[in-house]
Amino acid sequence: MSTPDTTEPMIVFDGVEKRFGSNVVLKDLHFTVAPGEHVTLIGPSGSGKTTILRLLMTLEQCNEGTISVGGRYLSHEMRGGKLGPPREKYLRDVRKHIGMVFQQFNLFPNMTVRGNLIEGPTRVLGLSRDEANGRAEELLDLVGLKEKIDAHPTQLSGGQQQRVAIARALAMRPDVLLLDEVTSALDPELVAGVLKLLQDIGDTTDITILCVTHEMGFARDFSHRVMMFDGGRVLEDAPPAKLFTDPDHQRTRDFLHAVLNH
Amino acid sequence: MENLPQIVGVLSDGLPETVIATLGGVLLTIILSIVAGLLLLSSSRTVRGVTRVYVEGFRGTSEVVQLFWIYFVLPVLVGFQLLPLFAGIVVLGLNHGAYGAEIVRGAVRSVPRAQYEGAIALSLSPAQRMRRVILPQAVVEMLPPFNNLFIQLLKSSAILALITVPEVTRQAREVLIPNFGADTLLIFGVTFVIYLVLAALITLVMRLLERMASARLGRRPSRAARAAARAAGPTGTEGVAV
Repeated sequence: MSTPDTTEPMIVFDGVEKRFGSNVVLKDLHFTVAPGEHVTLIGPSGSGKTTILRLLMTLEQCNEGTISVGGRYLSHEMRGGKLGPPREKYLRDVRKHIGMVFQQFNLFPNMTVRGNLIEGPTRVLGLSRDEANGRAEELLDLVGLKEKIDAHPTQLSGGQQQRVAIARALAMRPDVLLLDEVTSALDPELVAGVLKLLQDIGDTTDITILCVTHEMGFARDFSHRVMMFDGGRVLEDAPPAKLFTDPDHQRTRDFLHAVLNH
Repeated sequence: MENLPQIVGVLSDGLPETVIATLGGVLLTIILSIVAGLLLLSSSRTVRGVTRVYVEGFRGTSEVVQLFWIYFVLPVLVGFQLLPLFAGIVVLGLNHGAYGAEIVRGAVRSVPRAQYEGAIALSLSPAQRMRRVILPQAVVEMLPPFNNLFIQLLKSSAILALITVPEVTRQAREVLIPNFGADTLLIFGVTFVIYLVLAALITLVMRLLERMASARLGRRPSRAARAAARAAGPTGTEGVAV
């Protein structure tokens, strides 16, 4: 893993506010994530964790403040020295560096596993079919599904589909990977395998990873930092060893107690 | 009954016109449905508005009057008359395209939001998202209502008789009735059967397409997959493996 560069953060949230109608989901949010850092977002549902990932994937736009990834604005486009609303073409360019894995996998059912894996690399990154196929085979090998390359997503179990979705995100060689409750829709016996895979990816790459999860054991082993959200704000931001054993806030303690004893 | 061979023969002479009008109409319907259906989903109000005028205009007025407009009024306005068969195809296409636009719009909207988001996460452009991800899934939803629409189009092709196209219905009315007036029942009976058979052919083709499209989405195992499952034997645990 490359040494995290402390002077240039990979992700910057600066005064971000997000509203859905009159419902304020995130307010005056400030935080940064260093390159290669693994950050887990925890907190009660509705605390805005998933919204942060969706803002980073440009599936939502923020109402106030700015978001940047790799030194480029995501929420705005710099044009003629002024910040304006981002255009589709600009967004697509910034997006290339960001990958996301969803709770419900979101594989394309009209394509085989191979089709899902080579779609982005060939059409967006401009790889040749051979290159993209090579990359797809390599990644399927990594996620342990090499023999499923010509299968249909519907022929796979949930755990297998999620592994393919992870491979699909990695095929774009992202700088930032967003994991949105990736094991929440899986049968309990399939969870461990997917978490093990993510741990391996975390250990062997220098991708910056933001992760929303209810798997506290995984969060503890995987993260460099854990952020506890409540009511659209960061309540607590600490290394897992500190946050899980000796949190500063009673609210965090209550939340952890509730999650660990459900 | 002794006139049956002649009746069938004369009606069959009208078959090419009916089939050409239907196929031409279907082709134009498909093109207009997709174009107008996607325009109805445009983010621009103006684009949606103009498309809405087309859809409501052609859905809300009589097909026969539309035909008379194109065949009789247009020449007065622009100075030349379309060939009858061609004018007929244009009206059938424009009219059914207006209905088809709603089918396409509905089917595209029925594709889950998650599929758009998956495509955005891969940085596909809006056109790529539509062409590569959304439309192939929407097609499965479109095929059954399009089957209905195409059968309606086939039956509508009978109005071409009104502008001298010698298709099946005109053959019955203009050639057979004057000559075999006593056989009205038989003449229109055979005419019925001809439309019925053509409609059945449309349904056959559409069912086949539906099957292919579903298999492509993995909703029904493809032939290859079924064969593989059989080969794996009754105890095959394919698909359960983690």
